[in-house]
Amino acid sequence: MSELILGFWNGLWPEARLVLTSLFWVLVIMVPLIVAVGFYTLVERKVIGYIQGRVGPNRVGFHGTFQWLADVLKLVLKEFVIPANANRFLFVIAPIISLVPAFSAWAAVPFADGIVLADINAALLYILALTGMGVYGVIIAGWASNSKYAFLGAMRSAAQMVAYEIAMGFALVGVLMAAKSLNLGDIVRAQEGSIFHWYWLPLFPLFLVYFISGVAETNRAPFDVAEGESEIVAGFHVEYSGTGFAVFFLAEYANMILVSALSVVFFLGGWLNPFAGVPWLEDVTAGVPGMVWFFAKMAIFIYAFLWFRATFPRYRYDQIMRLGWKVFIPVTIFWLVVMGLFIVMNWPWINLGFTVLGISIVLILLGRFAGSKTPVTT
Amino acid sequence: MPISPEALIFYPAAAMLICAALAVIMVRNPVHAALSLVVCFFASAVLWMLLEAEFLGIALVLVYVGAVMVLFLFVVMMLDINVAVLREGFVRRAPFAALAAIIMTGLLVWAVWFERLGLPEFAKPALRPEGYSNTTEIGKVMYTEYVYPFEIASVILLVGIVAAIALTLRRRGGTKHQDPAQQVKVRREDRIRLVKVEAEKNH
Repeated sequence: MSELILGFWNGLWPEARLVLTSLFWVLVIMVPLIVAVGFYTLVERKVIGYIQGRVGPNRVGFHGTFQWLADVLKLVLKEFVIPANANRFLFVIAPIISLVPAFSAWAAVPFADGIVLADINAALLYILALTGMGVYGVIIAGWASNSKYAFLGAMRSAAQMVAYEIAMGFALVGVLMAAKSLNLGDIVRAQEGSIFHWYWLPLFPLFLVYFISGVAETNRAPFDVAEGESEIVAGFHVEYSGTGFAVFFLAEYANMILVSALSVVFFLGGWLNPFAGVPWLEDVTAGVPGMVWFFAKMAIFIYAFLWFRATFPRYRYDQIMRLGWKVFIPVTIFWLVVMGLFIVMNWPWINLGFTVLGISIVLILLGRFAGSKTPVTT
Repeated sequence: MPISPEALIFYPAAAMLICAALAVIMVRNPVHAALSLVVCFFASAVLWMLLEAEFLGIALVLVYVGAVMVLFLFVVMMLDINVAVLREGFVRRAPFAALAAIIMTGLLVWAVWFERLGLPEFAKPALRPEGYSNTTEIGKVMYTEYVYPFEIASVILLVGIVAAIALTLRRRGGTKHQDPAQQVKVRREDRIRLVKVEAEKNH
């Protein structure tokens, strides 16, 4: 039997074999990703539940472990209703359009040294291009639904995503300047050293801008005006039910995990050991595979998404636009100029990192003393 | 003749490009036309990738699909264009349009087909060695040989941005917008006054 399969395999064209092996690796990434999205929805309900003093879902499986499977089953078994006046073709294709970029961007993400599906040179650009694509699913869904609420949600989210993409792009220009490469693996390798060599410290403003823009790009709270329940019900996917809604859901959560992974690659040193350079801990943790560090770092951001949702009130629309255009873009441009100075002077990035650290300590101390004034009561 | 994998990608992509380009001008619905243009950009990006110009291909998707077409679609969706009005007088103008099209096609055929068929400039470009990075190559010439055109183009774009902002910037009176800096600066004591009221004693 195995000989038969082997013979069949060797009889194939080399190109066909390449396509099949690529497909296999695509599945190796995609299937765990889909399962991760399932668990992510469960974790979200649990975490937000505990933050709000509830226990969250606890009926299906051990402490609600299989709640997500029950949810999937419910969504898949529901009827997929197409509104009578909707544009049928675009209505059906919109969820797929939003799902494709959310998944295909994973091709360029390095999970550990050399473990990457497509080690392309212009990976950073590829990621930017694909995350920019995500907006199409939203606009097309909003327009094809032929519904006022859906259209309003689509317009809001389109404007928001275009605005934050610029800030995000500028933040990544900073990463590119620091790493001198567009290849994600090279970007991680350029951060080698200690935890202070990772770009979160020397590129601290860009790090904040990138992650917050990532939250805005995925239309998550506190930037979720595109689906603000109290104003436009559910925004662009208000007309979707059953599998159509499930696919939007999948795309949103896959995008959140993607933003977390990319933040780790760009700013937290990817698969690098956080204890590098620390005398005793470095030897103890030397055997830990890079992928473990990668996923552990990703968990920080994945949790932060939920934390934000549970703690911040939703931004007003004009405040979102102000933050994107008038705060983030100037901040990134200023930091690019600072970085340009460091490149011209040929100073190492760690110096910039320690400068940032010093300035923030001074600012925090100043803030403490300024805030310690007793309020005047009359 | 065995089919090379490049051909297997090229012909579908080229066919898609031509079909989508035709759809841009043929379909009735302007939103469909804009989306067809998006498909066009994608197909041409694939063709560029086949030419080992991955930077150009991805930049095309990034700039045109990711930014320009989103705004385009935005406007087309909101305008609710009446196609019937646009199509008025089609029959009357058709002969002139056909004449222009025939002349253009004739010129193209003459330039490409008869003049240069088989010339080396249409030969298949040589494959680059492994490790060749299109991005690096473009960067090298852009910042050395073509640095002045590059800088001038960016200054022109900057002027364009400033002009666009200046055209749309008008200060209207009567709007009730808030100043975020002032909002942040406000302290509790600016807004609340705690008053200790003495209890009345005469009862």
